[in-house]
Amino acid sequence: MSALLAIDGLSVRFGARDVVHGLSLAVARGEIVALMGPSGAGKSTTLRAVAALQAFDAGRILVDGFALAPGPVPAESKLRPLRRRVGLVFQAHALFEHLCALDNVTLALRHVLRQSRVESEATATRLLTDLDVGGRAAAWPRQLSGGEAQRVAIARALAPDPALLLLDEPTAALDPVRRSALGTTLRRLSQQGRGLLVATHDAAFVREYTDRAVSLS
Amino acid sequence: MLATLVLLLAIQQPHSRVLVWGGDAEGGAPFVEADPADPSQVRGFDVDVAARIARGLGARSARFVQVQWSNIDQSVERGDFTLGLSGVEDTPTRRARHAVTIPYFEFREVLAVRADDQRRIHALADLRGRRVATLGATIAYDLLLAARDSTGIIPISYDDDVHPYTDLVAGRVDAVLLDHIIAQRALRRNGNTGFVILSQPVALGHYVGVLARGNSVLRDSIDAVLRDAMRDGSLEEIFRRWGIWDDAQGAFLATAVSPRSTTAAAPVQALAYLPSLLRAAGVTLLLSILSMTLAVVVGLALASGRLYGALPIRVLTTAYIELVRGTPLLLQLFVIYYGLAGIVRLPALLAAILALGLNYAAYEAEIYRGALEAVPRTQLEAGRTLGFSEAQILRLVRGPQALRYALAPMTNDFVALLKDSSLVSVITVVELTKQTAIYATNVGSWVVPGALCAAVYLLMSLPLSRFARRLERRLGKQGP
Repeated sequence: MSALLAIDGLSVRFGARDVVHGLSLAVARGEIVALMGPSGAGKSTTLRAVAALQAFDAGRILVDGFALAPGPVPAESKLRPLRRRVGLVFQAHALFEHLCALDNVTLALRHVLRQSRVESEATATRLLTDLDVGGRAAAWPRQLSGGEAQRVAIARALAPDPALLLLDEPTAALDPVRRSALGTTLRRLSQQGRGLLVATHDAAFVREYTDRAVSLS
Repeated sequence: MLATLVLLLAIQQPHSRVLVWGGDAEGGAPFVEADPADPSQVRGFDVDVAARIARGLGARSARFVQVQWSNIDQSVERGDFTLGLSGVEDTPTRRARHAVTIPYFEFREVLAVRADDQRRIHALADLRGRRVATLGATIAYDLLLAARDSTGIIPISYDDDVHPYTDLVAGRVDAVLLDHIIAQRALRRNGNTGFVILSQPVALGHYVGVLARGNSVLRDSIDAVLRDAMRDGSLEEIFRRWGIWDDAQGAFLATAVSPRSTTAAAPVQALAYLPSLLRAAGVTLLLSILSMTLAVVVGLALASGRLYGALPIRVLTTAYIELVRGTPLLLQLFVIYYGLAGIVRLPALLAAILALGLNYAAYEAEIYRGALEAVPRTQLEAGRTLGFSEAQILRLVRGPQALRYALAPMTNDFVALLKDSSLVSVITVVELTKQTAIYATNVGSWVVPGALCAAVYLLMSLPLSRFARRLERRLGKQGP
């Protein structure tokens, strides 16, 4: 089985500091891979490089046939195929503050995928319901609890139906009940055939819910 | 202590021997102008008349105080000077409000028209639907207002007596109605070309001196001095020296020597001005709304250019913003209205909207830039990971969020603009403040007009602030 994501010799330098050095890893479809390491080890930077939010200095990133090369981040117009393949759930969720939960999810459906309002709202409602936040569709982001905001953010990232989902420290602000619910959700997403790369330092979560771990030091 | 008192008295003493008189040197020759040989001194026939009065009163000398022409009455009541003298017109309202001397000069209100119009235009009645300029708050302006109602001319009020004539030559107005000595001076300044002065006067008027209401004893002494000056020929000599003597003046002085009664007219009813104030408030509101619309559109373009543009565009937009913010709005108004007149002859209202709009655009641009930059970076990155183009992120994410930050300062700016719009009266747009000034000059007091004007401004700005607060609260609910 060919890898959905293949990172080969990735290096990112911030000035004189090597944040990521020679990292190689692969994520297959249906697989949950944990990217582990202490704070500052370059986990978020790696995710940002894969999501083309961050330039890198050496190596190669290949997402389902779309290659990113070292050097400045390409223009958005050149990144369209990548954007359809990769979803990112930010650590602080970064929900659009001026839109309710439902519209956070419909925004990309309507303006990137060009779905009608009715169609996009049906899709968004289904995604929110699957993630157990269907009842919060009309809430503003600041009215959501941490766990609810995270699930809305996952729904938003899933809206364009990406094959690869990146999650940055998803368990950081969750209580044990929410944490296991998240694990179950990730499992379900991988069973749908998606590949998941989860940046975390939560070793228990990694043991319980991921297929394997790659360590950054 | 005693020494100090003596010193104070010593300083005070000479002052009582000096006649302090006020006038407007900006009005210029032949009334009062800065002496080209010594700009700290003034010269003109009113300067000589003041000196003659001072001599007649037994004062040591006359000292000049500069005051804006339209404020002479208020300043003399305040005690800034004893005698106001600088082409001050004899009007019933002025006589009712202040102590006014006998007239010392008779002027004719004359029409000036472009040379090629002189066959068609012989009187105000021939100017239906045409623009006729004059100096605001004068007898001539009242004549034009009356003619607006009777013959349908369009009165245009200026703050000075130079630009009506330059605008006549430039074709912005079709005629100018002003005192004959002002018209003759303007014609000389223009090299005796460009326009002609119609020989038939529209009306006659007189120049007087004005004193504070309670100063009628001194006024009577000044009247006596003026009569002496008429009898002994010293007034004629002054007028001849300044080239403003003619036979009509001689006939006038001959009759003026005999004492005459001063008739007080009924004070102008305060409420009579309310409709014109409300009309002027309409002009202010229209001007502000259109200028603000222009400022928002141009401001958005400038802010986008500064944030998203290539280097040359960033440099240009930054230069524009700094230039506009670093120079006075008044200067920009003059440049757009008068400076550009050689290239494009903008109507006054349009020039005002352009100047205010383009000026405020610079401030709006900085508000928008600040607001756009205040939107957290992760919000933009979230948009990018979802596949939005930069333009979509600006329209769907960054713009709407920035609006919340921009709303309060924008409202502040609009209220400021509402008030700054009063500046455009310098290019003949009669808006609320200008109308109030005209009203105040006519009734001779700022108390009622000032209060009414303030009330009208508040009526416009308070609901606006309220509306902005409500809108902010509504948008605020969505935010963190």
